[in-house]
Amino acid sequence: MTEDVQVFVDAIALGSIYALMAVGIGLVFGVLRLVNFAYGQLIMAGAYALALTNDQPVLLSIALCFGVVLALSLAMEFAAFRPLRRASPTTMLVATFAISYLLQNIALVRFGAIGKIVVVIPKLSEPVTIGGVHIRWITIVTILVAIAVFAALTLLLTRTTIGLQMRAASIDSQTARLLGVRANAVITTAVLISGVIAAIVAVILPMAVPERLLVSPDYALRETIIVLVGVVVGGIDRLLTATLGGFTMGLAVGLLSGFLPSTGTWPFTSSVYLDGAVFMLVIIVLLLRPEGLFVRGRRAAVERV
Amino acid sequence: MSGRRGLVELIGPVLVLVVVGAIGSMGFVDPALEVEFRGALVSVAIVVALYVFVGNSGVISFGHVSFVAVGAFAAGVMTIPVELKPTITPGLFSLLGEHSVGNAASLVLAAVVGGVFALLVGVPLMRLSGLAAGIATFAVLGVTYNILNNWTKIGPGPLTLTTVPETTGLLQATVGATAVVTAAFAYQRSRYGRKLRASREDPAAASATGIHIHRERLWAFALSGALSGFAGGLFVHAAGTLQARDVYLDLTFLTLAMLVVGGVGSLWGAVVGALAVSALDSFLLRAESGEIGAVNDVLGKPLWGGSRLVGVAVFMAVVLVLLPNGLTRGREFSLSRLRRAGQREAAA
Repeated sequence: MTEDVQVFVDAIALGSIYALMAVGIGLVFGVLRLVNFAYGQLIMAGAYALALTNDQPVLLSIALCFGVVLALSLAMEFAAFRPLRRASPTTMLVATFAISYLLQNIALVRFGAIGKIVVVIPKLSEPVTIGGVHIRWITIVTILVAIAVFAALTLLLTRTTIGLQMRAASIDSQTARLLGVRANAVITTAVLISGVIAAIVAVILPMAVPERLLVSPDYALRETIIVLVGVVVGGIDRLLTATLGGFTMGLAVGLLSGFLPSTGTWPFTSSVYLDGAVFMLVIIVLLLRPEGLFVRGRRAAVERV
Repeated sequence: MSGRRGLVELIGPVLVLVVVGAIGSMGFVDPALEVEFRGALVSVAIVVALYVFVGNSGVISFGHVSFVAVGAFAAGVMTIPVELKPTITPGLFSLLGEHSVGNAASLVLAAVVGGVFALLVGVPLMRLSGLAAGIATFAVLGVTYNILNNWTKIGPGPLTLTTVPETTGLLQATVGATAVVTAAFAYQRSRYGRKLRASREDPAAASATGIHIHRERLWAFALSGALSGFAGGLFVHAAGTLQARDVYLDLTFLTLAMLVVGGVGSLWGAVVGALAVSALDSFLLRAESGEIGAVNDVLGKPLWGGSRLVGVAVFMAVVLVLLPNGLTRGREFSLSRLRRAGQREAAA
């Protein structure tokens, strides 16, 4: 029983991390119609910044992480997203593939394939016992941070001018521009917020997920793939559905890895088939609800002029 | 469009492939380079197979490497000598473990396995479009990789498949790539190909004229899967060894990028993209190992290690940003355009 609760709490924490990444990806998609496959490499860059400053004071290290991730986000926006504004979605997606591959290879050449350990706040990895259930501090912190980020973002989107403009641009960017919304300002803001979230994930991920303690060139790649899939499964057109999609994927991965047995001879019967099982669920959901799991109402099948 | 002019669109790319094959075999180049020529031709086969679906339908697929993967594993597992199977891939189903076939049969088998798999996957998936279709095909890749990488009854699982006969020499690579290009050409000139291309330009108008978009996409997907499987067979017979990781994300990225760099909309684009990226890749690899004199002279030393990977990625990113429609801008091979370009140069 207590073990089940533990699995469940860990799954919620993983879901929170994925939901954060989903917000980062969904925000940029909303204003740019661009699926950013290179999002994971922002997290990788942040994690390298942390790993290389392990011996510095924690706050300095975290500040550096934020600086690196934000600088890289802006570089992506100016060097790649901006020239590609009018390209087809396929070209944009493949271009972000290329950027992701480029950043991975730069990291490979610069830092090598062997993982570097990331130490942020070791105390947070210690467990705390609540009613017989052992939960690590970081699990609680992760969930709280996610809630705080969503609250702040909701305030920003509903209570500020730039937030209003971002929502307008993501519903109908043409009309928004006609009404005087400055597209570039809105997009740059969205990219920056998305970068802040990537930096937050870079700080949390090494502590929260034991397999992500070491940063290597393909760091956060698996998470990015799963979150991208989750965002589309949830419904990429709206931030809320996209976020719920990311959260659901984290929850599903967490629960499946907690409850699947560790051995089995046939596909999908053991935990080595975790990713396969998750992707299988994704295919089924997409077939049943192609417009998104959490989207209400149906879209017209073919757009008429 | 007259038949003669149309045929140029096939002859152009095929001639280029034959020339590439011939240069590789004639020994003006270092024999070690032969491997790279073979690799480039196999890439052409994979990228053209991908093009048959993506180019003609306008729907992106991230899942094509799954068909390459099943083709490669089918051809690989079925051609390693029977007596070596218990050591290299223990645990196979007895039907797979106790039989082996020759090179040609294994390529046919690879095509059949790829085609049938694509057809089965396509029946439900071709109803989707846009991002949902892209993500669903990606999920297929994820499932395929996960199973190939773990299930030891159908392959080596997490181990490496070795001792696969290296029967894809330059001749087989050239003939194979030519066969794939010819099939792609025949398809896109057929009524089925034209119907699908019409639906790519305007789905609403196409269905209004009676085109069954779902069915046309499905045929293209199955054909494309069969060609991908065949290309996977060429791939495993060129390398001699195979791991599930070899036919997963990196290959997906590389082949998609080759297609987009060349130009998604044309067969010529698929061929040009695959050859251009392969050529750059080989050049940088040689420059890194200090075998290209000009680079050594300019830098005073060989290119630094790892610049190959970075260089290829930079090239792709730059082409995509500057020429979003690719090097060929989605046009087919045409003599008159070459002639016009020549005249412009002569005038200048």
